Amino acid sequence: MTITLNSKIPTGPVADAWDTYKADVKLVAPNNKRKFKVIVVGTGLAGASAAASLAELGYQVDAFTFHDSPRRAHSIAAQGGINAAKNYQGDGDSVHRLFYDTVKGGDFRAREGNVHRLAQVSVNIIDQMVAQGVPFAREYGGLLDNRSFGGAQVSRTFYARGQTGQQLLLGAYQQLARQIGLGNVRLFNRTELVDVVTVDGRCAGIVTRDLMTGAITSHAAHAVVLATGGYGNVFFLSTNAMACNVTAAWRAHRRGAYFANPCYTQIHPTCIPQSDDTQSKLTLMSESLRNDGRVWVPQNPDDVRSPDQIPENERDYILERLYPSYGNLAPRDISSRAAKRSVDSGRGVGPLKNGVYLDFSDAIRRLGKDVVEERYGNLFEMYERIAGENPYDVPMRIYPASHYTMGGVWVDYELMTTIPGLYAAGEANFSDHGANRLGASALMQGLADGYFVLPYTIGNYLAPMLNKPIPGTDHPAFKEAEMAATARFEGYLNIKGTRSPDWFHRELGKIIWDYCGMERTQQGLEKALSELPALYEEFQKDLRVTGNGASLNQTLEKAGRVDDFFQLGMLMCRDALERNESCGGHFRAEYQTDEGEALRDDENFAHVAAWEWTGDPTKSVRHTEALEFNTVHLATRSYK
Amino acid sequence: MSNHLSNLTLKIWRQSGRDDSGHFESYKIDSISDEASFLEMLDVLNEKLIGDNKEPVTFDHDCREGICGTCSLMINGQAHGPERATATCQLHMRKFKSGDEIVIEPWRASAFPIIKDLMVDRSAFDRIVESGGFITAPTGGAPDANLIPIPKPVADAAMDSAQCIGCGACVAACPNGAANLFTAAKISHLNLLPQGQAERYKRVEAMVETMDEYFGSCTNHGECEAACPKEISIDVIALMNKDYRAAKFKNRKELSRN
Repeated sequence: MTITLNSKIPTGPVADAWDTYKADVKLVAPNNKRKFKVIVVGTGLAGASAAASLAELGYQVDAFTFHDSPRRAHSIAAQGGINAAKNYQGDGDSVHRLFYDTVKGGDFRAREGNVHRLAQVSVNIIDQMVAQGVPFAREYGGLLDNRSFGGAQVSRTFYARGQTGQQLLLGAYQQLARQIGLGNVRLFNRTELVDVVTVDGRCAGIVTRDLMTGAITSHAAHAVVLATGGYGNVFFLSTNAMACNVTAAWRAHRRGAYFANPCYTQIHPTCIPQSDDTQSKLTLMSESLRNDGRVWVPQNPDDVRSPDQIPENERDYILERLYPSYGNLAPRDISSRAAKRSVDSGRGVGPLKNGVYLDFSDAIRRLGKDVVEERYGNLFEMYERIAGENPYDVPMRIYPASHYTMGGVWVDYELMTTIPGLYAAGEANFSDHGANRLGASALMQGLADGYFVLPYTIGNYLAPMLNKPIPGTDHPAFKEAEMAATARFEGYLNIKGTRSPDWFHRELGKIIWDYCGMERTQQGLEKALSELPALYEEFQKDLRVTGNGASLNQTLEKAGRVDDFFQLGMLMCRDALERNESCGGHFRAEYQTDEGEALRDDENFAHVAAWEWTGDPTKSVRHTEALEFNTVHLATRSYK
Repeated sequence: MSNHLSNLTLKIWRQSGRDDSGHFESYKIDSISDEASFLEMLDVLNEKLIGDNKEPVTFDHDCREGICGTCSLMINGQAHGPERATATCQLHMRKFKSGDEIVIEPWRASAFPIIKDLMVDRSAFDRIVESGGFITAPTGGAPDANLIPIPKPVADAAMDSAQCIGCGACVAACPNGAANLFTAAKISHLNLLPQGQAERYKRVEAMVETMDEYFGSCTNHGECEAACPKEISIDVIALMNKDYRAAKFKNRKELSRN
């Protein structure tokens, strides 16, 4: 059976699509909303905002997080800011310009309709967050301050020091907490999704595991929202938090939700380089640092002088040289590759020669140390704590690391997956960033989905279901899923091999980073696809999980997550292999211009690749959804 | 270049569950890079324990960037260890030396029951926020964000308080197990802002009284401020107390006209 992937974007001019949709959408009357139960999995920006807004509307909401508190979700670590087309600076910004920048930044691999809506609601997000008490940075006159970010020629980024994600998440968490206090949301903390249940082709609910007791429980609902984040931890070393995982999205995929563009992963250019082999994660330094920091490497690979002893004419300011009009603010994928090439050419800096300099000495001379401290003080402190060097005196050392995943669960314009009644929001879906996400757009998308999109689109699905019974947790499909989940976790405990889940995760990450990281080749991807099944087989035979399944067991939690990462990793490599072009974060070495820039193939690949699970992770089926560009015309992305 | 520390002794609190009485166990770390973070040192220990077919040490952690507030640990009797303004996950082994004995315990507070080993239950914090730590602003009806100018010093002061990561170090450091710094930080963040004025007194009353259900009383030791990884000042407690008094003694209808 072939499913036609229908994006359901209203016809007509893209600028009117969202208004047209809202005018036609079915509504649920206020007194009927309480008859519907909606499950929200994940309590980051997308999940917390969706759960709070749906509860405010009157729906019964159950929210799930594997953390101890909703406030811990990894949205909290976003540093730099959130974009919005407010044009408060009067510098030529508009909804159209943000839409255009995002489509172009995504290298023409995102849907115009979704991106335009995102740009439209961006202005509402800022209003909403200010009303909630988010202490955004302000000018002395009391109005909101903005800064600029990569891939844009206007200042449209709102920020709260270097902790914008924290402040926005606390804003959304507080709205969620209010609804919990009022009894409109039931919160299940330290509880992880282990399966999605479908009955007659519709999503009927989820199965969870209580991390404290190991209890496997079913939860039935009219609709389920997955706001469970991205899969960047497939690389093992990434800027994601330790517990970020693909399990919820992957379990939905195995139950029929198509997984789109898994090869679109973003490697962030400004992370602190790995320092030794015990490293468990990499730390990002906000892209906002590139507003004032200058990226350079010594011209001579054998230069061993300290950076302040290297004269100007022996430095190579790589981004300023290669991309003069955007300079150090070139987009993430482009900046990352420039850094990688410098290091690969032997000009890397630091003890392991695995980084490039990000130098603030000019900014300190120009603005004074006080101004630099005001802008970036907490980032500088963080750098010093981790690297043991003071960036006011010595240039920072940075190197790209896995940071964000543009791919994810396929969704239509309503954010519904290929399973009716199952939605995906935030980083968990694939919809808005194409092949590359611009800085300060992840926070925007998470909040757009949760506050301003799902509250409309879910009603459209629920309205016809009024007063019709839904399958309860005693339905055989729930029992079957519970038994499968119990067997899965017992299975990990019973292997009794010799290697920990972390050991396998590290080995998996090395393969994915080497062959499906910043630069990919057919040969490398084929090699990965021969090595991964072998390593996965070893995982299934030689895994060791200590302890038991009936009490808190972090090794067992990890085992389940690594299992799903293996399967996703194979799909990622296949997706990268089949996409015979370079676009955004997906750079295939075979497809580049003479100058080393990404070479797209719009004739054959201007489409979304959405994968269907078949039971064997190496034999998933690839479907396509054609992308049409009626407003922003396909063009080579140039930042020169 | 990274150097290595050798011959570390870790005395770690092990407790199998809420009802277990718990005990210290000693472990040796023969060698560890000084570039490793404290939690990476525990990762190395746990890998070794799994290799020996023993149960690894359970501890809470997530972002490892000092912002999510999930990590905890009393290290040699200090919440988050010896480095000022630093959460455990940002502490690095370069702050220790070869041969050190390091005592690692969970947060100790009656409001934070131990779940297992070094992991505690901090959900009492969520109860405080649920009782009033928000501005009632339902989605959709917000006015333009620049409608109400907020003087920069006010926005900055609100941000200073809003930085709290909810880790619980303040409670763990307090001899009384009080949560005044946490609660006051949230109250100050919202009560300083113009958007927070409508619910100012209702908020402080609800949050303080919920806090009192779970936590001990503040007697101005100041240990909380010293332990706070975000260096939140105890001035916020004074502000909370001032607003709480006002909420209790003043006529709310009268106040709303000011």
